[in-house]
Amino acid sequence: MSVITLDTTTCYHCGNDCVDEHFAIDDKDFCCHGCKEVYSILSKSGLNNYYCYNDHPGANRTKTDSKLDYLLVPSIVKELVEYTDDDVTIVTFYIPHIHCSSCIWLLEQMNRLNPAIYYSRVDFLRKQVNIRFNNKEINLKGVVELLDLIGYEPLISLQDIVKNQVFSKKDDLVRKIAVAGFCFGNVMLLSFPEYLGFSAHDASFKYFFGWLNLLFTIPVTFYSGWGYMRSAYTNLRNKVLNIDFPLALGIAVLFIRSWIEIITNTGAGFVDTLCGLIFFLLIGKFVQRKTYYHLSFERDYRSFFPVAVQVLDEDGEKHVPLADLQVGRRIRVRHQEIIPADAILLKGDARVDFSFVTGESVPVNKTLGEVIYAGGRQMGGAIELEVVKPVSQSYLTRLWNNEAFSRNQDDRIETFNQKVSKYFTVVLLVVAIGSFLYWMPSDMHRAIASLTAVLIIACPCALALSTPFTMSAALGIFDRNFFYLKNAAVVEQIAAIDTIVFDKTGTISIAGGSNVELVGELTAEEKDAVSAVCANSSHPLSQLVCQYLGAAHEDTYVDAYNEVTGNGITAQVNGKSIKLGSGKFVLDARDVMAGNNGSLVHILIDGRYRGYFTITHQYRQGVYDMRKLKSDYELYLLSGDHNHERTNLASVFGDEGAMHFEKSPQDKLDFISNLQKQGGKVMMLGDGLNDAGALKQSDAGIAVTDNVNNFSPGSDAILDGRSLAKLPAFLKFSKDALHVIYASFIISLLYNLIGLSFAVTGKLSPVIAAILMPLSTVTIISFTSLATHLAAKKRKLL
Amino acid sequence: MSILYFLIGCSVLLALIFLGAFFWAQHDGQHDDMYTPSVRILLDDKPIENTEK
Repeated sequence: MSVITLDTTTCYHCGNDCVDEHFAIDDKDFCCHGCKEVYSILSKSGLNNYYCYNDHPGANRTKTDSKLDYLLVPSIVKELVEYTDDDVTIVTFYIPHIHCSSCIWLLEQMNRLNPAIYYSRVDFLRKQVNIRFNNKEINLKGVVELLDLIGYEPLISLQDIVKNQVFSKKDDLVRKIAVAGFCFGNVMLLSFPEYLGFSAHDASFKYFFGWLNLLFTIPVTFYSGWGYMRSAYTNLRNKVLNIDFPLALGIAVLFIRSWIEIITNTGAGFVDTLCGLIFFLLIGKFVQRKTYYHLSFERDYRSFFPVAVQVLDEDGEKHVPLADLQVGRRIRVRHQEIIPADAILLKGDARVDFSFVTGESVPVNKTLGEVIYAGGRQMGGAIELEVVKPVSQSYLTRLWNNEAFSRNQDDRIETFNQKVSKYFTVVLLVVAIGSFLYWMPSDMHRAIASLTAVLIIACPCALALSTPFTMSAALGIFDRNFFYLKNAAVVEQIAAIDTIVFDKTGTISIAGGSNVELVGELTAEEKDAVSAVCANSSHPLSQLVCQYLGAAHEDTYVDAYNEVTGNGITAQVNGKSIKLGSGKFVLDARDVMAGNNGSLVHILIDGRYRGYFTITHQYRQGVYDMRKLKSDYELYLLSGDHNHERTNLASVFGDEGAMHFEKSPQDKLDFISNLQKQGGKVMMLGDGLNDAGALKQSDAGIAVTDNVNNFSPGSDAILDGRSLAKLPAFLKFSKDALHVIYASFIISLLYNLIGLSFAVTGKLSPVIAAILMPLSTVTIISFTSLATHLAAKKRKLL
Repeated sequence: MSILYFLIGCSVLLALIFLGAFFWAQHDGQHDDMYTPSVRILLDDKPIENTEK
């Protein structure tokens, strides 16, 4: 813990405290050489404004050890750039550090740092910068180096996030809405005289307006509304009745009847209803789609892995794209880099952080000759390894070959809408044909009129809108509480679950947030001895104690060492006999002081009891409130971690059977699918790559993260760690949202009944249709958003 | 009243021009980033004095 004193200076560039030494130029203090360097580059180029817009806008520059040589490899460059010709190259980078207006300003001034960069444009929400540069004067590596130099290191990973977004954006819903809105407005204008009635000498206008209206139906039906026709057709072929079928039927009938009426001059047609219907339906589609630019729900291991690895061979080092990495190659992995494939350690001091894979946050020491699984992050100096398995077949990445990842995610739960629309469609057809048969014997003309009128009026516009509008309001409310859902269907998935599975590290506990405290007195020499003993053990508690005490003095020798798994350690250090571990092991007695709040490590030196370490994991706020969920849900804990926290968590998860420790990523996936086989609808909360399989397999996978901009594995929803305590409220609210949908469904049915009472008689005037349709739509929209907000207030989410 | 034919023609034509303008803006990517321009417009450019300092 650093003590804050009055004369602490903060770095002018990054805002960190200048702890040990500081650098100063121009009366400004900097915490490290890197920060000072950035400042001097910027001030030399006259870009000091960077510091005017915000205080300390920069990123801390203490760690600058990135090797960018792989950006010279043509095949990698080709993957990254968007466009290139003889002299201009365009590229878009994802830069995690973009966070304030200074960032925008500086990145858009890159031309002044290097004139070869013609243009740079920031997209703030996506944290991307689009750069166009002269490739004769500067290459891609140069551009990245320049970005790095000013403190904006782009994140370049195997699964290129930037390109994925560009690709998925291709759809023309907005354009369809624009066309429908354009036609709707014009048609309303032209239909208005009809509502008021034409006088005899204006009759020629009636023709003119009618024909103009017909012209507008063409783009509305065949461009804007065509999606419904196509969807209804494909669904029919797959023998599925969904809501698109009555909608498409309604559109078709409206279109045909309008044309016939206007051509034969027997009526004014329903052009206004047709345009309004399609316009409102598309608006419903639009609001349902919520895009979080700063989040990605589709990440897999490829977004975590580097683009290229350094391969060593006879000719020296070269950079090889990860996809071309072969078994048997010798690779070099530096500090903070990820080991991309299962490999044997050949050289160097490996301390590997496997928190991605196992959830265990303490780095593990590896010895030469040991196999290191892919996904670990090297902490410390460079190491050399020999690849034993290709990237796609490695321990971690094999998970992605599981069928859970190739399954279509969208149809896991039949939504309420889908269930209801089946019956709705059948009833609608029965009523339509019934009224047709009723009138047919007496009046064929009226029979056709009533058939078409029923299909028009019962067109489930309000029904089709109730789900999207409720869901979009619900998504907005979740959003305000830092709970980001992939799409509206996830709300229903969450409402349907009955089993909740939690991961431990990073999900309910804060990763790396362990507190060690020493109760009792130890001399410096004894501390050294204990630290030296702990350094020999790979047990996480030992590692924490070791970290807490600091490295042992050099002349501390461990003479004898014996570790009893699950109990403790006995050792001889510099002639002292030391016993560390659980109360039962150390004190030879029952656990006198059972830790109710974490783990205890007792110390016995030369037969004398000297005190104990308490090690508490920091849990997220509200973890203990989860026990309230037990009345409605089955709760499980699934951890890749060891079981030291078992007693501590028993108060939340209850009996032993609910907690499972030391589970591999594959075990987690299998555990979820077993629960599902027993009929459970499972929600999984996890954080790391090790949970990716379980998240994907579950009915609702929720990634918990401290910083939503950081990488999180592919999931249905992303939950900010601060809001974990609100989980019970979220679950209740998702059910409320479903109730709102039910209620709005009843309202829209009532409107349909009123409309039908006109329609079955065959005397449906266009005015009534034109009034009923927008009226029901407006009612539904206002009801759903109001009711959703009230529900959110009730659950204290607003 | 025949002037109505002409006026309605004009109004539809005008509306079509607006629709076309919207299409162009959409195609041009003007709606891709709805946030950054709002920040960008607040950034003043007065760098030359700073260089001298």
